[in-house]
Amino acid sequence: MAKSIDVSDLHIYYGDFLAVEGVNLTVKSRSVTAFIGPSGCGKSTMLRSLNRMHEVIPGARVEGKIVVDGQSLYDPSVDPVAVRRQIGMVFQRPNPFPTMSIYDNVLAGSRLNARRLKRSEADAIVESSLRRANLWSEVKDRLGRPGMGLSGGQQQRLCIARAIAVEPEVLLMDEPCSALDPISTSAIEDLIHELKTEYTIVIVTHNMQQAARVSDDTAFFNLKAAGQPGRLVEFNPTRKMFSTPDEPSTEAYISGRFG
Amino acid sequence: MTSAPMVLSQARLPRWAPALVAVVSLALAGLPALLSGWGPVRWVFAAVAVFLVAMPLWSRLVEGRRAAVDRLVTGLIHTAFGLAVTPLVWLLYVVVRSGAPAINGEFLSVSMLNVIGAEQGGIFHALIGTLLITLAAAVISVPIGILTAVYLVEYGGRSRIARTITFLVDVMTGIPSIVAGLFALALLMLLFGPAFRAGIGGSIALSLLMIPTVVRSSEEMMRLVPDDLREASYALGVPKWRTITRVVLPTSLAGLVTGVVLAISRVIGETAPLLVVAGATDGVNTNLFDGRMTTLPVFIYSQYASSTPVGYQRAWGGALVLIALVMVLNLVARVIGRIFAPARGR
Amino acid sequence: MTTTASSERTERRLEVRPSRRGDRAFARLVGAAALTILFTLVAVFVFLAVQGWAGMTSGSATYAPFTSFVGYIWPLIVSTLLASAIALVVAVPFSVGVALFISHYAPRPFAAALAYVIDLLAAVPSVVFGLWGGRYLATYLQPAHMWLHDHLGFLPIFGEPSPNGRSLFTAGIVLAIMIMPIMTAISREVFMQTPRLHEEAALALGATRWEMVRYAVLPHARSGMVSGMMLGLGRALGETMAVAMVLATTPTVTLDVIGTASPATIAANIALNYKEATPERQSLLIATGLVLFVVTFLVNFAARWVAGRSARRLGS
Repeated sequence: MAKSIDVSDLHIYYGDFLAVEGVNLTVKSRSVTAFIGPSGCGKSTMLRSLNRMHEVIPGARVEGKIVVDGQSLYDPSVDPVAVRRQIGMVFQRPNPFPTMSIYDNVLAGSRLNARRLKRSEADAIVESSLRRANLWSEVKDRLGRPGMGLSGGQQQRLCIARAIAVEPEVLLMDEPCSALDPISTSAIEDLIHELKTEYTIVIVTHNMQQAARVSDDTAFFNLKAAGQPGRLVEFNPTRKMFSTPDEPSTEAYISGRFG
Repeated sequence: MTSAPMVLSQARLPRWAPALVAVVSLALAGLPALLSGWGPVRWVFAAVAVFLVAMPLWSRLVEGRRAAVDRLVTGLIHTAFGLAVTPLVWLLYVVVRSGAPAINGEFLSVSMLNVIGAEQGGIFHALIGTLLITLAAAVISVPIGILTAVYLVEYGGRSRIARTITFLVDVMTGIPSIVAGLFALALLMLLFGPAFRAGIGGSIALSLLMIPTVVRSSEEMMRLVPDDLREASYALGVPKWRTITRVVLPTSLAGLVTGVVLAISRVIGETAPLLVVAGATDGVNTNLFDGRMTTLPVFIYSQYASSTPVGYQRAWGGALVLIALVMVLNLVARVIGRIFAPARGR
Repeated sequence: MTTTASSERTERRLEVRPSRRGDRAFARLVGAAALTILFTLVAVFVFLAVQGWAGMTSGSATYAPFTSFVGYIWPLIVSTLLASAIALVVAVPFSVGVALFISHYAPRPFAAALAYVIDLLAAVPSVVFGLWGGRYLATYLQPAHMWLHDHLGFLPIFGEPSPNGRSLFTAGIVLAIMIMPIMTAISREVFMQTPRLHEEAALALGATRWEMVRYAVLPHARSGMVSGMMLGLGRALGETMAVAMVLATTPTVTLDVIGTASPATIAANIALNYKEATPERQSLLIATGLVLFVVTFLVNFAARWVAGRSARRLGS
């Protein structure tokens, strides 16, 4: 059920400001694609354009094409709300709904859309989502407790469970580990490895080792100069990217000689 | 080149100096107080005056001019606070002392119907009126207030309309209550003729005063909801309106309720608009849409205006009940805010 | 591809959910609520104008003991301004002092509780203030009336003192107590927004606490304080019951604020005369209400404008 994503000639604007320029890439299905690059180079913007989340910011718009499974995401007949149901997202900071229990947080996607579920169906979704997020054994005895009571790493896995409970095709992760300690980070990385057998995953990260550890393909974004739009510098299999990159600036960034 | 030694120690008064001056001032003022039989209030005032002169004087002699000015201002500012709290304490004391004797079971459970002279009357009709009129005002203003706040926070952004509305809400907080009453009256006069009086007119007037408070507090509370939660909801494919009704409003619920209760506690003591539009009556009226209706503040005013000892007595009793009502509402609001605030952080 | 897979596929097409309709309806609902505010304010003005017009233009008998609308409302305006002026003169220093006490002088842990105590003062209903002012404060202030007359009697505002203390002066003091909380709250807020950096810079130069307040806090807060004062003024102009209950009124023009012969304020006059009013007098009272509305509207407008301007200047 996982889908590939074709991005062709994509420009992203905030009002008149061109934030990201001329991106072409293909995200392969059932693989992990990492977006790396310095702060402000537009990689998060790029990620958000993949499920039209950037539209939440007033004035943001997109030119070019993003095609998922033969359907153009920006076709006028496409409802962004429906796009987001199929392309889920996990955020930088864990953000469980504070008014909901762990159980309700997992079901939030259905509950918030007022979808009626039978009790047994709901239980099944909660259990399987939490199992897939490697959280079941830790929370199965306190499903009724508030989600905010968990540790940061557990909250983030709860958010992943919430995202996969609506059975998306693609999972976008925006620096999912940057607010977490090393142990929680490694738990999430293990989880990413397991999830890629079922989902297409795109992850933005600042951590080069993390990109090397979890991803199959890597896209390196950079600014031409300060004030210029961000652009895709290089897109290659991760192995190649971290050993013999095509571009000298990629090598400079990866090896820490940045600039 | 030799540098002068750095001097860090300077003549300073000891830490206990203000306390010492305070005691001495009390003693100094106590002398004339004893001799000419002043009450404790005069005594304290005199002592404060002595302190305000003595403390800067001593400081001037030991520490210098700048420190003396600092001590004078510190003294003045503390005095200002003390003086500002005095009316509150005095008023509460007077209300409790004069009001408590008036209150008994009958006072709370009978109306003023057919009460002549010094017979025992009661505030039952006024309690009913206050309850109905305030409830109706809340029913009118809470939806309008909260929905307007939703518009300002979630839809308006920085648009011209949103800024205009924000400005008008601010200006609306300043409408005199009597003007709100006249507005409701003018409205009813246009619709039903000049002699028409009804409780609902009072509700309209009160809601005019309540709406801006509700908008402001709801707006503030909804802005506290982190954008993370809205994004999380959008990312799950939830449409905007459901995100607002199922995520934003529940998350800020405690704050919304607190704001509404505080707004109610503010208008429940309003007198002037009800005086002109709802009028006054001695009996119980439970129909909001027909006939005069007395509220507790109007009851207090009309008993006061009767200028009789028993009238004053009833007025104080009513004032005690009213103050208790307002304070309880305030307390309830704070408690709700404390208890039901969603857990933040870990 | 099997049939089940393709049917699942059609079920999960992107255009499948018509969520726009709910969104649009909800947006209209909240937009309508916001516009209600606009229409209400316009309606207040229009209704008062429609009903009050007759009051401004009816036969001269309506305005007894005066003969015209201007003649009728003039003493009321003078009284309103005098009472508000007294309230401001008393309340301004106190509110600044109390706000400074809470923001910079009181021990940190108590500051919030002290602010709450001042807010409680704002929660006391005006009718209770009126009751207390008329029955207690007036009596206690009577000696002050005598003193003012004896020592400052050469000023026209301190004429023959009222024997029971129920004067415009006492009413002004009650108003001062009533408007102090809001003025304190606003001053306190701007005092607390003083950039830490400025305060620390002053202290680092060896300033005493008062010098720090004077050179770092007060200049920063000036327009906020002005705005707070104007809001207080708006309240004082429109406050009804406290004045109506403290003052014994006579419809004459007098500058004497401690005597018994002061006219009511506009607001108090409406409350006091409402019961016995004929339809013509009702229109007249509504017309005076319209004047009050316009005046307070302008004062509040100016206050918000000053506050908004300083907020823009500080770039917040």
